[in-house]
Amino acid sequence: MPIVIEKLTYKYQSGSVNEFTALKDIDLTIQDGEFLGVIGHTGSGKSTLIQQLNGLMQPTSGKVTVDGFDMNDKKQRMKGRALVGMVFQYPDHQLFDETVYKDISFGPRNMKLPEDEIDRRVREAMRLVGLDEDEFAEKSPFELSGGEKRRTALAGIIAMYPKYLVLDEPMAGLDPAGRRAVSDMINGFRKKLGCSVVMVSHSMDDIARCADKVIVLRGGEIFKYGAPSEVFCHAEELNEMGLEPPFAARLAAELRKKGFALPQSIYTNEALAEALKPYGKGWRNV
Amino acid sequence: MFKDITLGQYFPTDSFAHRLDPRTKLLILIMYIAAVFLVKELWVFAVLIAFMFFMTAMSNVPVSYVMRSLKPLRILLPIMFLLNLFMISTGDVLVSWKFIKITTGGLKQAVFIVLRLFALVCGASLLTLTTTPISLTEGLEKILSPLKVIKFPAHELAMMMTIALRFIPTLMEEAEKIMKAQLARGADLESGNLVKRAKAMLPILIPLFVNSFRRAEELALAMESRCYHGGEGRTRLRVLRFGWRDLIAVLVFASLIVLVILLQKYLPLDDKLFALISGAKA
Repeated sequence: MPIVIEKLTYKYQSGSVNEFTALKDIDLTIQDGEFLGVIGHTGSGKSTLIQQLNGLMQPTSGKVTVDGFDMNDKKQRMKGRALVGMVFQYPDHQLFDETVYKDISFGPRNMKLPEDEIDRRVREAMRLVGLDEDEFAEKSPFELSGGEKRRTALAGIIAMYPKYLVLDEPMAGLDPAGRRAVSDMINGFRKKLGCSVVMVSHSMDDIARCADKVIVLRGGEIFKYGAPSEVFCHAEELNEMGLEPPFAARLAAELRKKGFALPQSIYTNEALAEALKPYGKGWRNV
Repeated sequence: MFKDITLGQYFPTDSFAHRLDPRTKLLILIMYIAAVFLVKELWVFAVLIAFMFFMTAMSNVPVSYVMRSLKPLRILLPIMFLLNLFMISTGDVLVSWKFIKITTGGLKQAVFIVLRLFALVCGASLLTLTTTPISLTEGLEKILSPLKVIKFPAHELAMMMTIALRFIPTLMEEAEKIMKAQLARGADLESGNLVKRAKAMLPILIPLFVNSFRRAEELALAMESRCYHGGEGRTRLRVLRFGWRDLIAVLVFASLIVLVILLQKYLPLDDKLFALISGAKA
């Protein structure tokens, strides 16, 4: 069963002078196993939207259901929340326990799982995020590097086996190698756990790499929604919004201006390389 | 949930009171407190309360804002009133029922305490309503700076207060984020007994503390890299100066003290009023 969002509107400080509409009439369905990329400017409502998914915020009007659980209802919300794993932007906001192992087990323990199941999950989560058990299990999470902290934070959520994994800018502040590693990791446990992924990112390159569907938010409303090829072919519009389309899409647009006959749907490096093949060695003369 | 808390209740407008030097405002607050404590006659509070309305008018702050600052007292005030009412047994007995005994002395004391607290809180909140926290610490630093002679760290104290005030909203915001992150991991903050609930706060408090220490270190580094080395030889963007307003304000408050003293000495109306009331009853 999917996550269904119907006519969702969210207002900060509703009813006061400072009322601010962060989300307006959002309709969206997140299918099982789907990878949804969420793109938008700072203040476009991305974070507000994903916090609705596990009921950390409740809609001012409209409805969010997770596998049929109504997130407006307090009792059902707890059940829905258990299905949605949420990783926030800064690992510093969630790491607290003495050791990495204990910190990762916090989530599963709150789920009241048996001790041996907790142990199994923690070990598996550590393996999935690439943290060596012997080296890290007994370390304090506060003496880790930035990248290792992020892995630990991720593992803490993965160990809960969420059906939907929600990631708020999981790659912010990482170097290109780190970004790729996180991206591979996400794909890895998506395969392993078969979960849906909702990922917020500023970088369309990161989203282009793995998303099935892309949603672009602007001023709290859905600006574009669809398959990446449908969204990224509006390179000009995205540019005007101040969002940078994936590198391959931008390069393809430039080449098109120079007279290359490239299809609009190109947004990955691989597709671009493929499309440029016919030009072979002689392309310099175009 | 934390965003709704506004810290420091500065009411931004322009008025006589807003333009006063913060040092003057601190000084006249002390004079005002002195006046409040000098009051021994109940009816003189009427004079003080009238004076408070006058001060509010001079500060362009809506009366409702000043009254709002009494909200935290809504529990304390009734308790104080009842305690004094029942515990003090001097003067004539007004009501006597089983073990409860209300006397004129108790009633007088109860009304007295409530009025005194009311007057104090209103006066103090007028100060914070008309003065930004920053200029208040600035004023405090200036007032305390003569104590530097005896090695009192006036500048450091003011700097600490400024930084603390600056970071309270940041901490609030961070606490909210941490809370959300742990709730998303299934943390249960609401059920269980007191010990269990206190324990459940650990996953929120630890990251909050760790991050605060890190932030403090970063702030210290950022200040030092901009050559901050304490208060010595430091100049200010806005230099505090006393003006004619300050003189007037101090004179007005000085005359308030004198007025209170004189009224109590030559017009002890309380006994007459009480006599009137009990006379009417009889």
